[in-house]
Amino acid sequence: MAMRAIASRKTLGGGLALLGLRGSGLGLAQLQRRGLQTFTLPDLPYDYSALEPAISAEIMKLHHQKHHQTYVTNYNKALEQVNDAISKGDAPAVVKLQSALKFNGGGHINHSVFWKNLAPSREGGGEPPHGSLGWAIDTHFGSLEALIKKMNTEGAALQGSGWVWLGLDKEFKKLVVETTPNQDPLVTKGASVVPLIGIDVWEHAYYLQYKNVRPDYLKNIWSVINWKYASEVYEKESA
Amino acid sequence: MVATATAIPLSSPLFPCHGIHRGRSPFRSLQWTLTQRLFRRRASLTTITASVDLKPPSYPLNALEPHMSKETLEYHWGKHHRTYVENLNKQIVGTELDGMILEDIILATYNKGVFLPPFNNAAQVWNHEFFWESMKPDGGGKPSEELLELIDRDFGSFEKFINEFKLAASTQFGSGWAWLVYKANRLNVGNAVNPCPSDTDKKLVIVKSPNAVNPLVWDYSVSDLIVVGSFYVVSIIYYTGWCTKYDASMSSHGDSLQPLLTIDVWEHAYYLDFQNRRPDYITTFMEKLVSWEAVSSRLELAKAWATEREMQEEKRKREEEEAELAENEAVEMYVESDTDDSEAE
Repeated sequence: MAMRAIASRKTLGGGLALLGLRGSGLGLAQLQRRGLQTFTLPDLPYDYSALEPAISAEIMKLHHQKHHQTYVTNYNKALEQVNDAISKGDAPAVVKLQSALKFNGGGHINHSVFWKNLAPSREGGGEPPHGSLGWAIDTHFGSLEALIKKMNTEGAALQGSGWVWLGLDKEFKKLVVETTPNQDPLVTKGASVVPLIGIDVWEHAYYLQYKNVRPDYLKNIWSVINWKYASEVYEKESA
Repeated sequence: MVATATAIPLSSPLFPCHGIHRGRSPFRSLQWTLTQRLFRRRASLTTITASVDLKPPSYPLNALEPHMSKETLEYHWGKHHRTYVENLNKQIVGTELDGMILEDIILATYNKGVFLPPFNNAAQVWNHEFFWESMKPDGGGKPSEELLELIDRDFGSFEKFINEFKLAASTQFGSGWAWLVYKANRLNVGNAVNPCPSDTDKKLVIVKSPNAVNPLVWDYSVSDLIVVGSFYVVSIIYYTGWCTKYDASMSSHGDSLQPLLTIDVWEHAYYLDFQNRRPDYITTFMEKLVSWEAVSSRLELAKAWATEREMQEEKRKREEEEAELAENEAVEMYVESDTDDSEAE
């Protein structure tokens, strides 16, 4: 899936291979030089106010137009720089740019998933998963409530900034709950782990509305979680 | 929460430098003299409960307006800082950490980077206390002559220093802190001492740290003093199930980093006032909030501490050398008894 191709950096040796990313949903834009593909901010599939009262319009707007946009901008910058460094054979520069790629590329990847993980309640946000994903959740966690409780506990306990994930480990064919620090994408926990639901627990994701009470944010966000999307991904990746 | 604390009497003659070493705690109260810090114990009129207290800033919560809003202070100090204090107290009550001074709790739970549970809370309590006093109403402006000289020496110019500090603060990805520290350069070898220490060895340096980490934990020489100290100290940091057993391989000379100034770049520090605009927050902090008086006071303490520690080092080295000589003499005497006495004269 496009997400995994982007996130996997196995192809780092061939810089252009890394950059040759299929971008469904990520908003690719072509630049003139040598097929360097850069990125644009994806549109939200709903209005900024559509997720209220769980997440305020003010937060959605800042989160999308400022934070995510900054990751996109800086990721593009880093890509250009690393592309330059690779073509000049400047190994130290290539290595030095890895953290910028990870921060900003990870930020772009994670937020692109996040917008799809959310949906207004009138469009199915909050509706529990049925079908194979629902069954898998019951099998692995006992119940949806148990899964939510686990994710909320881990999300609340995360120190500093990061994400809490429900993922599918394709290799072991099981669902997993993970946290990643800062903007590390879920693939850093395992090359075969695919994100189904990611919840941003950086303070910018909730502070204006919930202030220091991250647990309240985590409690409320489930009313706008888009299980339909998660099920689609699950069915596709476990096929 | 009214809290009183009693420090464990670590000021025994067994480790005279202990108080100085713990002289980081003066950052919590700039008025203390060196002697007071050596024998630090806070008496209590009521029952002795050993808990960490929530210290308020030395100014009202609205005093930093309009640069840092009252609302921000109410949440930042009133909720975040308070929660760290409360959670830390819950974690340490009834344990050997209970009653230790804050710096000791931090060092003990840092555990070489594999944090023990109380570390985040303890370090964040310290960091926030240090942060409030890094600011003052009508702050900003320029530092004192003496500090400015050092800044010029170590950064080239005041403007370059500002730029470097701003860069560190804005590139600390995720949550964390940026610091101006006083670094006492030391040779990184087991038994070597800088043969010609001079003031230019001690430098001002900018560092940044993630989440709760602060420069105190980067001073590896603390383990050295624990070696010099005694079983008494070792037993304090060695609790069942919590601390790894102290072992001699932990001791090494390292660089001592004395914090002088910090800025909190966790999003909660600026989001209500600046939202995503961290660079604007940093600029406002430098131009309108920073307390150069606090930085100067801390610098004086840091210099005094560095000098004191050097003296302790030299004294220890002398004592070690004397001990060695005494041993060697004993051997010689033994050998001498085999030779002809007349030759000795």
